[in-house]
Amino acid sequence: MKFTWFNLMPWPYLPDDFREKNRSVWVDIDQKLFDPAKSHEVYNTYMDLLEYADTLGFDGVGVNEHHQNGYGIMPSPNIIAAGLARRTKDAAIVVLGNSIALYNPPVRVAEEFAMLDCISGGRLVAGFPVGTSMDTNYCYGQIPSLTREKYQEAHDLIIKAWTTREPFAFNGRYNKLRHVNIWPRPIQQPRPPVHIPGGGSVETYDFCIDNTYSYSYLSFSGYLRAQALMNGYWKQVEERGVDKSPYRAGFAQTILVADTDEEAERLYSEHVSYFYNRCLHVYPGFADAPGYRTIKTIQTGALSQYAPPRGGYAELTWKDLVEGGHVIAGSPETVRQRMEDLIKGLNVGNIFCLMHVGNMPADKCMYSTKLFAEKVMPKLRDMFPDWADDNRFWTTPLDKRVTAGRLPKEAPTGAELARTYA
Amino acid sequence: MELKTVQTRHVPVRYLEGGFGPDLVFLHGAGGITAEDPFVNALAAKFHVYAPLIPGFGDSEECPEIRDMLDFTLHSWDVVEALGLKDPVLVGHSMGGMIAAEMAAIAPNDLTRLALIGPPGLWDDDHPIVDFFTLMPFEMPQYLFHDPAAGAAMMSSGRSMEDPGFLQAYLVTNARQLGMAGRILFPIPERGLAQRLYRIKAKTVVIWGDSDRFVPPFYAHGFKKGIKGAELVSIPEAGHMVTLEKTAQVVDAIVRLG
Repeated sequence: MKFTWFNLMPWPYLPDDFREKNRSVWVDIDQKLFDPAKSHEVYNTYMDLLEYADTLGFDGVGVNEHHQNGYGIMPSPNIIAAGLARRTKDAAIVVLGNSIALYNPPVRVAEEFAMLDCISGGRLVAGFPVGTSMDTNYCYGQIPSLTREKYQEAHDLIIKAWTTREPFAFNGRYNKLRHVNIWPRPIQQPRPPVHIPGGGSVETYDFCIDNTYSYSYLSFSGYLRAQALMNGYWKQVEERGVDKSPYRAGFAQTILVADTDEEAERLYSEHVSYFYNRCLHVYPGFADAPGYRTIKTIQTGALSQYAPPRGGYAELTWKDLVEGGHVIAGSPETVRQRMEDLIKGLNVGNIFCLMHVGNMPADKCMYSTKLFAEKVMPKLRDMFPDWADDNRFWTTPLDKRVTAGRLPKEAPTGAELARTYA
Repeated sequence: MELKTVQTRHVPVRYLEGGFGPDLVFLHGAGGITAEDPFVNALAAKFHVYAPLIPGFGDSEECPEIRDMLDFTLHSWDVVEALGLKDPVLVGHSMGGMIAAEMAAIAPNDLTRLALIGPPGLWDDDHPIVDFFTLMPFEMPQYLFHDPAAGAAMMSSGRSMEDPGFLQAYLVTNARQLGMAGRILFPIPERGLAQRLYRIKAKTVVIWGDSDRFVPPFYAHGFKKGIKGAELVSIPEAGHMVTLEKTAQVVDAIVRLG
């Protein structure tokens, strides 16, 4: 199993009447609700928590990209990842990912991911999302029905830039480049492992299967609601005649651990409510620009994951969210049981653990994270013994890696230098 | 009107045909068109009307090769050619008006009569055209019609948004039609037309509903100013769907082109 500690980086100061006074947490969210001075502490606390997860033995630390979004203040995940590459030792740096259709030219992603891989000593997991309609179409102005074509071209260009050993010309429809020759290139060969976040687009299944990429379903609705979608993925894997390694799939799950189930509710319910009521308050007109999803996907009935259930999330209580599986919360034993159900049920080897939720303060987050790392994670380690050696979807770091801050405390004297370079 | 098919270079094109009189090509807006449309039927009383569907609209085949403004413009000329027409009266409503203006600008010597009804295509930051891609279906009538209540009745015609089957069909239609329209209208319906308007030689009438809250009447003046000799016909008590709200007045203005 691979457990990645993931932080969406929500803005923790949305007011109580946010839903009533604002139509959307995303795209046209009120500028005045962001306080740059407060964000100084928010960012640093969130990065501290990601670094803390590394010390507890999580396999990865995860970041992602959203724009103009009150629950994800990470328009550039690579900036956070660069900090993590320096300050963490062993965890994979899981950037899930860069919305490659938005970069002009996308060789920028090939370069920045290469830099992250080099700085971290080969610890990068590269994610290539198409990006949500909110981010890609409404914030970044991409034409919905051409987004996938542009995405595909960006992907082909990045992979070619990573794997070609001499300069080449790239005559694409969206990118005309005479001299592609990225410098630096990644440590991991032939390329860093690639994860593709998807929300039920059927074309994405084949794309992952064809390229040996891991398919990541990043939903906030929990594992019970994900079953139908993941069944569709595994059915396609089977029909295509490839192996059913659980590492072909990843799943994001909100997880909250306390000593007892009751304590979990007492400690975390307000933060869960903050996330599901305020943070997911997205104006439905932004959820799905016409042409963004393919006809085939709409016809399979996969309605947008951002469309809230009838009546809205506000009516969901802690009990509803826990029983409905949106949130896995409770004592270590409760969480272990439910995680086991999730992992077996969906056949997923990569878990993106959403362990910071809403406006959760750092102390509660550390408490929950530590309990999970010490009392839950070890018991889930060997869920897939048959696939223990499958490393096609995970990092291959250098054996000997340097860590940040290795310089001597003092600069050498001239005499010392003279001896060194005599 | 009869629904027929004509082959073009890239894709078979569905088109409505009917009526007697001079040849007229009508290009529909982003909402599409059906054989029952009152406006094309009124046109057919005066003209021999050809109303091609943009690929992806109605039951017509999609065309991935049509991506940008030039592709739309040349494709529309391909359709005129395939229909065997020479110098038809060219009429476009909304998105269709934007395409018609581009056609007139790119081939000024092939066209002598042009009618533009509430077209987008120009942009001024102080007069934004509504971001209709984000509108919920129930929000549309207030932008499209002078009389939103009557407009809503015209749009829904008894259908229910609650029915999942209808909702899925609606989403598929939207994804196809507005997905295609988005290639020239998203996120801002402006693709450089302002710098090409001067090329238009056709006798042009610009027709606008005074209460157009979709593409504000401000832009009527931009088209009038940009196209040499253009006449502006402003129609009171009509919105963007002036074709439905004041059908006869719009037809009259087109007939006057001669």
